[in-house]
Amino acid sequence: MLDPVPPLLSVRGLKKHYAIRGGILSRVVDKVHAVDGVSFDIAPGETLGLVGESGCGKSTTGRAIMRLIEPTEGTIQFEGRDVTRLQGEELRALRRRMQIIFQDPFASLNPRHSVRGIIGEALVIHGLAKNRRDLTEQVVRLLELVGLRPDHMTRFAHEFSGGQRQRIGIARALAVQPRLIVCDEPVSALDVSIQAQVINLLEDLQEQFGLAYLFIAHDLSVVEHISNRVGVMYLGRVVEIATARDLYANPLHPYTEALLSAVPIPDPTAKRSRVALKGDVPNPINPPSGCHFHTRCPIAVARCAIEVPALITGANSHAVACHLRHETI
Amino acid sequence: MERPLLDIIGLKTWFDTDEGVVRAVDGVSLSINRGETLAVVGESGSGKTVTARSILKLIDTPPGRYAAGQILWQGRDLVPLGPRDIDRVRAREIGMVFQEPMTSLNPVYTVGAQITEALRAHESLSRKAANDAAIEMLRLVQIPTPERRVNDYPHQFSGGMRQRVMIAMALVCKPKLLIADEPTTALDVTIQAQILELLADMKDRFGMAIMLITHAMGVVAENAQRVAVMYAGVVVEEADVDELFANPRHPYTQGLIRSIPRVDTKAIGRTRLEQIPGSVPNLLELPPGCRFSNRCRMATADCHASEPALRLVAPDHKAACIYA
Repeated sequence: MLDPVPPLLSVRGLKKHYAIRGGILSRVVDKVHAVDGVSFDIAPGETLGLVGESGCGKSTTGRAIMRLIEPTEGTIQFEGRDVTRLQGEELRALRRRMQIIFQDPFASLNPRHSVRGIIGEALVIHGLAKNRRDLTEQVVRLLELVGLRPDHMTRFAHEFSGGQRQRIGIARALAVQPRLIVCDEPVSALDVSIQAQVINLLEDLQEQFGLAYLFIAHDLSVVEHISNRVGVMYLGRVVEIATARDLYANPLHPYTEALLSAVPIPDPTAKRSRVALKGDVPNPINPPSGCHFHTRCPIAVARCAIEVPALITGANSHAVACHLRHETI
Repeated sequence: MERPLLDIIGLKTWFDTDEGVVRAVDGVSLSINRGETLAVVGESGSGKTVTARSILKLIDTPPGRYAAGQILWQGRDLVPLGPRDIDRVRAREIGMVFQEPMTSLNPVYTVGAQITEALRAHESLSRKAANDAAIEMLRLVQIPTPERRVNDYPHQFSGGMRQRVMIAMALVCKPKLLIADEPTTALDVTIQAQILELLADMKDRFGMAIMLITHAMGVVAENAQRVAVMYAGVVVEEADVDELFANPRHPYTQGLIRSIPRVDTKAIGRTRLEQIPGSVPNLLELPPGCRFSNRCRMATADCHASEPALRLVAPDHKAACIYA
């Protein structure tokens, strides 16, 4: 399917390997393949969800795109240019267009700065405030945008609840008028009744400003709710990407099936058939050969242990990386 | 009717702090029958964990104190019991599993030693017999090659496997009640499914009751027979699981159920989540009358006048709301 709009973000073959050093000479004895060849696109104004269990590489992917960590391999095209080699002023300019919201609203706000300082810092760095009055006005506008009051400006992070802190984090990200926000588990630390407030706020802001989100979370229900498309990751690789509706209605990868069937549904009358997975996620230092999932896969055959399945796109842009399911797409 | 296994009556567990008295549990009545799973659901500060820990007297006093109420375990009040008597109940009659399996296991002892600690404390057991008992428990909780793993230390186990060890520890004396405080919150979703299945399996095998403390409505729906919803230190609604999800009567329960996205109902286009306004309450600054009134979309002046009692609103269905 041809997309008439060029993607805002286009990630190809992204890899991040961490060296493990050992012995008295601290030689590289092994590598952790945290992200092992990830490719996807995000269109302007779109939300792509990335879901997977701990250690699957979803957060590393988000941080590599932001250049908060340096990718080992691969290209990241943002607004048509490769950003993997940007330095200095160009990198700073990029960061104006791309922002990130973190999981822990307690650790990601500077406790010694007032809210005005936290939100205003980005405006100052990027030279977006004409003078002190303009800065204050912009901070007030941002606070109102995220549902906080102007008088909150003089307070400090510890005076706020978890949900309010996450709103401050969102206001800080919005301050520089980005086009893409990487949301790394933005609601996982929040209470259930507060999660809905933040999800709704993110949706409202997206509509208002045409923002694109890379929404990273382990909670499949949240990801499905907010995303247009969802990518499922397992041990550093994307195993399936589809529209949120398609992924639930017609999951193709056996891991996606198992993941979906393991999500508890808040309805005691819902009929479930559970695909039980044996064992734990294998160690990413020595991931299984071939398809990383074959050691836990209920339908694996001999080929799966040898050959890495490619991520092949079929009808409705539904892509899957599974030898046994490639003929079904 | 048969006497409940555990009957908590008007329990108040308060904490004295510099800012004032935090009434973490403020008049909770709950009962659990033999072989039943009761889910206690609530957000942070609802008092669900303090209620659970109060049962086994795991509250530090001071700053905590049992301000009022009874905890009747098979008819006997646990509140006045001394450390030695409560130890006996903890080891042999009520087991407990905590959220964080890493911090609740001792890093310097093998898992085998920790599993059988309760057994060895109360009966003379040979080294061989204790080892065999530990292997048997590890096999029961489906840890592969238990003969080898019994001599391993907690750090050699993954998160899910550690939680299995915790369950083995809690079940070694075949308790009649297992208190599971957020047993799967720190685990990945596929591992969560394995652990919840294991708990259900153990429940059938031993015929024990489970008190499942959780914040996740999905976990409640799939694992409990009866549900108590807690808010700011009190139970605001209690019913059978099917009834609670089909006809929630308290506005807080209604809000909770409607505010969570569901993986099985991705509608065409976007649906907006219903949201409960405001923040989770500070227990030192509760509104007058109904504790939920400042966040409730139905609240009227009457709600601020006095605290609504938990009353029967339908057969086997209680709610603490004057409009329920």
